[in-house]
Amino acid sequence: MPRETILLFGGVVAVLCLASVIGAWLKARPGGGESATVENLNARVKAWWVMVALLGVAIAVGKAAVVILYAAASFFALREFITLTDTRKGDHWALLTAFFVALPIQYYLVWIEWYGLFSIFIPVYGFLLMPAIAALRQDTDHFLTRVAAQQWALMICVYCASHVPALLTLDIPGYEGKQVLLVAFLIIVVQGSDVLQYVFGKLFGRRKVAPLLSPSKTWEGLVGGVVSATALGTALWWITPFAPWQAGLLAFAICVMGFLGGLVMSGIKRDRGVKDWGRMIAGHGGVLDRIDSIVFSAPIFFHLTRYWWVP
Amino acid sequence: MSLLEAMTSNAVTAFARLITGVRPDWRDALPDRRQRIYFANHASHGDFVLIWSVLPKEIRDRTRPVAGADYWRKGRVRRFVGVNVFRAVLIDRVAETRTEDPVETMARVLDEGDSLIVFPEGTRNMTDAPLLPFKSGLYNLARMRPEVELVPTWIDNLSRVLPKGEVLPLPILCSVAFGAPIRLGEGEERKAFLERARGALLALSDRPGTVQPTATEAVHAA
Repeated sequence: MPRETILLFGGVVAVLCLASVIGAWLKARPGGGESATVENLNARVKAWWVMVALLGVAIAVGKAAVVILYAAASFFALREFITLTDTRKGDHWALLTAFFVALPIQYYLVWIEWYGLFSIFIPVYGFLLMPAIAALRQDTDHFLTRVAAQQWALMICVYCASHVPALLTLDIPGYEGKQVLLVAFLIIVVQGSDVLQYVFGKLFGRRKVAPLLSPSKTWEGLVGGVVSATALGTALWWITPFAPWQAGLLAFAICVMGFLGGLVMSGIKRDRGVKDWGRMIAGHGGVLDRIDSIVFSAPIFFHLTRYWWVP
Repeated sequence: MSLLEAMTSNAVTAFARLITGVRPDWRDALPDRRQRIYFANHASHGDFVLIWSVLPKEIRDRTRPVAGADYWRKGRVRRFVGVNVFRAVLIDRVAETRTEDPVETMARVLDEGDSLIVFPEGTRNMTDAPLLPFKSGLYNLARMRPEVELVPTWIDNLSRVLPKGEVLPLPILCSVAFGAPIRLGEGEERKAFLERARGALLALSDRPGTVQPTATEAVHAA
């Protein structure tokens, strides 16, 4: 295991320890035991421990475990997404195909590192064949709406999410065997940005960015979170193949995409009249609530890196 | 319970959780070891599996689903799962051929100390209505054993997992909500009680907009 991985995990564990101590201190303060915000904060920190442990084990075991972890996340995310769409009997085969054919094939393509098919399998083959399967059932009520929702679900939950483990397949000269650190870089920056936006928003938030969409997102939180997470990404240049200024620019792109992802996914939740996608992770809601920013930033980060660093 | 039965039971509940991520929603009734009759909506053969999966183990081991003998006696696998694993109380739904009144069978099981899961619609609901009118069985059972509390149990979304006629289950999140227990009131009429029980169950369905009166109800109302 590269020295950088051990240093990095040491750092992450230290930050989580600090967060747990702060959470315990806030709870011990007068009135802290009853505060819903403190309770939610502590639930989030606990869930973070579990997620970091899962990711740590996956990274230690290697590529197979990272691929399986993200395939599982895709499965749970797709299940949450499809639950919120209007499924009809006529969608049954098309949706079974999405869960039990498209999803495994997409991650198998990551595993065998067949980039050409990986990048078009869902946008071309899935795009054309899924509505064909639905059409064969001859249920035409709201056909376009149903097909569009299924395409969207598959693109977001499977195609976009699969770009995280796909980072392991990038052959960057001089960076052989360390690609797993790119996964760590992406996740630390994007989740750091989420957390820092939350913290800055709670501390200084006044002007709302999109009050109709997401009342908790403020300009103060956005700017504070993105600037500090970009700084965090710059400071992590030593685990990447990038120069510090390049790491900073990529971190900035990741933060912006992550923010936009949260915004778009909030729009869908509003449309469906729910607050969270699910209840799988205590304090966070569903799997999609946790990975909405990752699914938006992963494909962009993947392609920027591939375009400039893979010969 | 034999090892094979225990393994089958765990495998079935694990599979149900993987597909449906089922969560209990004890909104108006807490899990309790006391004897109960859970009465639920019925849209799929997997209904009691979901209720079973969310009950705490010590309660689950003392709870038996009531199911149609015509379905669960067919074939060795089905019989093994239905009779040995789930300890289903099988009742004969054909009045002409049966040797014991179903309500008496259920009362006998209650006397042995077990709780029951019943589906008072009498059959699987294949219509677009959220809930069919109740058969008299629930009332007759409540009259024979008035001391046992009746817990309305709403299973949400399972009909989307397995629409009518489909064999492979689609992963969709499901939940099981438990309402406040009810009992037969003193001198309460059959029709009034069944309506009250049905209302208590319908009240648990999360999408009030989709709750439409059934065709028969609409006719009665008119």
